[in-house]
Amino acid sequence: MGFKSEDDKKAYWRANIHLLLKLLTVWFIVSFGCGILFVDILNNIQFFGFKLGFWFAQQGAIYVFVVLIFIYIHKMNKLDKQFDVDEE
Amino acid sequence: MDVKTLTFLIVGASFVLYIAIAIWARAGSTKEFYVAGGGVHPIANGMATAADWMSAASFISMAGLISFMGYDGAVYLLGWTGGYVLLALCLAPYLRKFGKFTVPDFIGDRYYSQTARTVAVLCAIFICFTYVAGQMRGVGVVFSRFLEVDITTGVLIGMGVVFFYTVLGGMKGITYTQVAQYCVMIFAYLVPAVFISIMVTGHVLPQTGFGSTLADGSGIYLLDKLDGLSLELGFNEYTSGTKGMFDVFCITAALMVGTAGLPHVIVRFFTVPKVRDARKSAGWALLFIAILYTTAPSIASFARVNMIETINGPSVAGQSSTGTAYTEAPSWITNWERTGLISWEDKNGDGKMFYAGDERNEMTVDRDIMVLANPEIADLPAWVIALVAAGGVAAALSTSAGLLLVISTSISHDLLKRNLAPNITDRAELFYARLAAAIAICVAGWFGINPPGFVAQVVAFAFGLAASSFFPAIIMGIFYKRMNSKGAIAGMLCGIGFTATYIIYFKFINPTGNIPENWWFGVSPEGIGTIGMLVNFVVAFMVFRFTADAPAEIQQLVEDIRYPQGSGEAQSS
Repeated sequence: MGFKSEDDKKAYWRANIHLLLKLLTVWFIVSFGCGILFVDILNNIQFFGFKLGFWFAQQGAIYVFVVLIFIYIHKMNKLDKQFDVDEE
Repeated sequence: MDVKTLTFLIVGASFVLYIAIAIWARAGSTKEFYVAGGGVHPIANGMATAADWMSAASFISMAGLISFMGYDGAVYLLGWTGGYVLLALCLAPYLRKFGKFTVPDFIGDRYYSQTARTVAVLCAIFICFTYVAGQMRGVGVVFSRFLEVDITTGVLIGMGVVFFYTVLGGMKGITYTQVAQYCVMIFAYLVPAVFISIMVTGHVLPQTGFGSTLADGSGIYLLDKLDGLSLELGFNEYTSGTKGMFDVFCITAALMVGTAGLPHVIVRFFTVPKVRDARKSAGWALLFIAILYTTAPSIASFARVNMIETINGPSVAGQSSTGTAYTEAPSWITNWERTGLISWEDKNGDGKMFYAGDERNEMTVDRDIMVLANPEIADLPAWVIALVAAGGVAAALSTSAGLLLVISTSISHDLLKRNLAPNITDRAELFYARLAAAIAICVAGWFGINPPGFVAQVVAFAFGLAASSFFPAIIMGIFYKRMNSKGAIAGMLCGIGFTATYIIYFKFINPTGNIPENWWFGVSPEGIGTIGMLVNFVVAFMVFRFTADAPAEIQQLVEDIRYPQGSGEAQSS
């Protein structure tokens, strides 16, 4: 149980930071990107009865947020097991 | 049975439920009082967090607010949900591993400084009082609208119920009542939403009805119809906004970061047994919140189309509508006219109502009516109206209780136990926690009965302060182990100082100058917390460069909170 070496500890934290950066990039793109910065461009695209940018701002980004957290939970549990630092 | 009797029955039944839960889950130790003994199931904690977070404003006002703001309403939708991603990924698991009771606990210990702890305590108390005053008012308003008692009586009843389960049950009582309150609240929100969605679009799910065609067989998309109506009536197009893009960006960011930094939300993640449960419950919390937050914008658009068509009369192809005769108005208009939420002034003397965004307008419409009148607009039975009342009360009570608990914990734990009187026993501390909760309820009730004019103004303050103080300090505390106390304290003070000055200047000293032309870079006081957060980070790193690294044992502590193993239970000191 526990980290086998200092290198392991560093590798675990690095993997964690990489995962965070990836997920937060998606978080930023769907909310600030699609919903705010590029909303006018995306609004030229029709998505069912929505303009796409408007949909991201009032619906889509929220769904993506929920999915992001559940991906994070899943990946972190795997990472914890891999490095033997889970709580079981 | 008439609506009033049913409302008394349903709201009364919900109170009995909350009180029964409080008796069953009463707290016996400080640990139970502060963090519910640390044994809450992650899904239950997710529900409790959702109820804690969604206030009377979310339940009653948000859909109406969006309905009048159109696209710009996205700042609330994105801001108040996106913060949970930050919370789940960057804060909750690490703070849970740290294993103390409060946010000032973390700040004080991580930055090995009583000054830092005191700054954090004062911020926490200020943020919570700002917020709770509005909630108590919300309870009073819901009571007065549905039960026709005056607002003071409403506030007093609300105080009594919250008093009972907060003082007796502490966090343990609050947690399980919040679970019940979430269920009441979401059911009460969804039932009218589903029916109004079926009525307007023929879709059962409001989220898909939002993007589909109208049920009248015209084949026109709901949002296209709304855009057309808005332009015709002299409003802005519904799906495009009026705020500047940079301002929308800053407000959204300030609300997100503020959400992640609010002490009554963070403290909920101390109540679960393990680090992995803290992650999991953040996911469930956001899922439960998203159910309401994706329904709200749908209701906003349904209610708006419905309201315009009811008041102005249906528009026939090629011919614009001229209004509905007042004598033919549906009963919900005349019913709600009595409460003053909607009113009509026949300016052109034609006996017809007309709603518009220019000089043709004859209606005054309060945004709250978009949710409150929904059951009547959709012609739903009286028990649904009673349910909406119970939902509104649940939303206001659950948030107040969570805030009051943070105030009492800050006083009995952070100020007394960790600062002024470190030697008091657990029993004495528990007594002081209850006493502080009782006093806080009375103060909050007083604000609810005599609302200071500035309550609405200072909500921006709560988010701005949380964004510019707690959030950067906690993030640096976890992700930059060398950050020292001098940097963090300087950062917090500069961040708060900057944000507070900007808000006070535009909200209190020079309110007439509160227009986009005068704002720095077009950032409104609501969005300035984002800039305050950046100020905090920059100042902290500048001071850090000229001072020594955090001591080795603190760096060790930071390394230890970075992985879940050995989290154990929350400790009092």
